[in-house]
Amino acid sequence: MKKKLKIVWDGILPSNPVLVLLLGMCATLGTTSSALNGLMMGVSTLLVLICSNSVVSMIKSLVPDKVRIPVFIVVIATFVTLLQLAISAWAPALNESLGLFIPLIVVNCILLGRAEAFASRRPVLDSALDGLGCGIGFTLALTLLGAARELLGAGSLFGIRIYPDDYAMLLFVLAPGAFIALGYMIALVNRLKH
Amino acid sequence: MLTYISIIVTAIFINNIVLAQFLGICPFLGVSKRTDSALGMGAAVTFVITMATLVTWCLQTYVLDPLGLQFLQTILFILVIAALVQMLEIIIRKIAPALYMALGVFLPLITTNCAVLGVAILVVQKGFTLGESLTYAVATSIGFALAMWIFAGIREQLALTSVPRHMKGVPLALVGAGILAMAFMGFSGIKIG
Repeated sequence: MKKKLKIVWDGILPSNPVLVLLLGMCATLGTTSSALNGLMMGVSTLLVLICSNSVVSMIKSLVPDKVRIPVFIVVIATFVTLLQLAISAWAPALNESLGLFIPLIVVNCILLGRAEAFASRRPVLDSALDGLGCGIGFTLALTLLGAARELLGAGSLFGIRIYPDDYAMLLFVLAPGAFIALGYMIALVNRLKH
Repeated sequence: MLTYISIIVTAIFINNIVLAQFLGICPFLGVSKRTDSALGMGAAVTFVITMATLVTWCLQTYVLDPLGLQFLQTILFILVIAALVQMLEIIIRKIAPALYMALGVFLPLITTNCAVLGVAILVVQKGFTLGESLTYAVATSIGFALAMWIFAGIREQLALTSVPRHMKGVPLALVGAGILAMAFMGFSGIKIG
């Protein structure tokens, strides 16, 4: 039990995919203009990650070593397509705000990275837990970054106004703010690690 | 003609793929420590984006649309891109071993460069013709190479400066990229046609 918890915990903090391993930067920067967008993107990726990790782990002994990467990508792409269809059917507003970044979950390095480094050599349950942990870590990082950017750039948090937007720095909602906010966030994590 | 000029200027400067659209960040941060490998990467990505856009546009127009199979878009596109990258890897290893060594692990990772899949999907979403799609693909890649090249130049200088310990490396690079993105925002006032 303790071992299983450790697998989940590892993905959340000690090897957080965004803040420590620096993976999945495109989605991190592109979808965190508000805390809610970041959270939604994180949850979408979390769902795909658990499914793809489990399936990769199930089929690992059937797949020849040489073609494993294309096979993993097809598995991931299948789940992304399912998610894409589900979102456009049930949450069209979400589809609008995340836009291109939903299909681009396919090329998120975290998914292929976990499939290759973890799921292709571990049992199914462990792989699903690893997906859960990394997914939560990813969601956490995106929500934090989204919250920081929304608070600084729009003066609100999850859409709730904290201070008048006359005092907000619009820059943080725009593209440059994404880079700068993430840069300082990683520096902060570096500081906390030591 | 004006449409083409507008597509080119928008893709390179106004809506730069890396600095405004956040696509292709991994190689942007990973291979930008030296200007020459940054340019090599830019050339490799240009080739893949252009070829991939050509093939995926034809597949979308002549196979997926007539058969009503649009939902297969993501799966099909990523397979085309993976095959192209594999091909490019073989070619580069044969004709430019030095570049092959310099690009290292980032060469196979072009498959998971979101810029490639991003452009392929964007030209379909925007409803471009084949000519416009290819123009957009080439201009976007030039924008990518330009951003990488400028950024690599900045990082070569940054490597020599003394900065707080925890800011070293990626955090400082990200802040630098933010300031570069701010500079590129200056282009957003340009209007064509």
